[in-house]
Amino acid sequence: MHHIPAEPPAFFHRGPSPLTRLAFFGVLSIALLFLDTRYRYLENVRHVAAVVIYPLQRAAQWPGDAIAWVGRYFSSQHALIEENADLKRRVVEQSALAQRVPGVERDNATLRGLLAVRDRYTGAAVAVEVLYYGRDPFTQKVFVSKGSADDIAPGRAVVDAQGVVGQVTRVFPGMSEVTLVTDKDHAVPVKVERSGVRSVMFGAGAGHPPELRFMAPNADIAVGDVLVTSGIDGTYPAGLPVAQVATLERETGQMFARIAAKPLAGVDRSEWLLVLAPSAALPARPEEPADPDAAKKSGKGRRRGN
Amino acid sequence: MALPNISSLSPAGPEEILLPARPWFIGVTLIGGLLANLVPLSGISLALRPDFLALVLLYWCIQAPRYVGVGVAWCVGIVMDVGDGTLFGQHAFAYAFLAYAAEYFRRRVLRFPLWQQAAQVAVLLFLCAALVLLIRVVGGAPLPRWTFVAPPFVGALLWPAISVVLQWPQRPRQSSSEL
Repeated sequence: MHHIPAEPPAFFHRGPSPLTRLAFFGVLSIALLFLDTRYRYLENVRHVAAVVIYPLQRAAQWPGDAIAWVGRYFSSQHALIEENADLKRRVVEQSALAQRVPGVERDNATLRGLLAVRDRYTGAAVAVEVLYYGRDPFTQKVFVSKGSADDIAPGRAVVDAQGVVGQVTRVFPGMSEVTLVTDKDHAVPVKVERSGVRSVMFGAGAGHPPELRFMAPNADIAVGDVLVTSGIDGTYPAGLPVAQVATLERETGQMFARIAAKPLAGVDRSEWLLVLAPSAALPARPEEPADPDAAKKSGKGRRRGN
Repeated sequence: MALPNISSLSPAGPEEILLPARPWFIGVTLIGGLLANLVPLSGISLALRPDFLALVLLYWCIQAPRYVGVGVAWCVGIVMDVGDGTLFGQHAFAYAFLAYAAEYFRRRVLRFPLWQQAAQVAVLLFLCAALVLLIRVVGGAPLPRWTFVAPPFVGALLWPAISVVLQWPQRPRQSSSEL
């Protein structure tokens, strides 16, 4: 059976033609896209609109939450017993290790005091739950369960039990957006734990391993080396494990080595993450020398989080 | 009235004139589509998730062009951009284009049974996705995974079901046509 929609005859005037409207709204969209990518003027608008849409986002989480709750309720006792035994075994294994920590920490504090090293990361952190993964297939982002109400601010480092996951890039009242280290516009200053060579790890987008760019072919780095944060940018506290060197190609004809890394943290798996408190404030950046090129360059700043 | 059976998907048969859609029903279904898009997912279901809002929008652009056209589609797209946290104007442009394409094709699409409509809807949704891809790649984003092509086809598969659900309130009451 065919269904014919009720509609008025087309000979009545109905405003501008669809093509005119498409042209108008198309130009408007392109203007918005341009403003958003290039100048980031629209963050305030987005913020207000995000507050309005937030109840809808929470409502959309209800079915999933309900299913998860039912699933937990019926999770078999057997699995829980097994997990309990496993955890007890691990406590025993780790308690020996843990007993050494206070002594090591004391020694460490003394040595640092002697070296007059500034107190760095003090350890305050907020545990957050991953609410959902970003729907945008072009970026690598997750949304987590706490926001500005819990004193989370853009630029905070986010880690899981194994290492660095990413950093907070946008904050809403009840949740925040975390850009993962695999995002194309994300860079982490790292150093090779073994040799101390510094570099920057750039994300490469979904499905591609992050890479270390601009490393000389003869740099002291090997497959399997662990990369830790160098702490140079002031965003990531120093010494957090980030990734492991997965592949390494040194070609004498090339200017730089091609180095791919594999993140150590469960970047796209972890359900619970830790948002770290900001590291101790760095001294103010010294004045840039007056340079006509400098102003031009800063205007071209790409999106690199903070 | 019986549930639409398989014979209602074939081209032959009498034609039925639908009642006009009520504006509040259109609004409620659009909000429903938005909610369906905002449901948190991960893994394979996230990769296959069709754009429900685009489907609902396309349905109303075809069935009720008096109420839903390029302008409404653009506004709905802006809301989706905020909900998604993507670039401002990306969904808006794509949905405005979808509404225009629907306006252009609607008389032809309506002549076909639902399964053949779905094939044409797949093309429209795919063009819409290609437009988003173009916008993002020009903006400097990396190419997404190949699963990027899956949602338009999943959406087209859902088209018959969504059409039947959305046209349910507009079907003429049987009693009014009896003498």
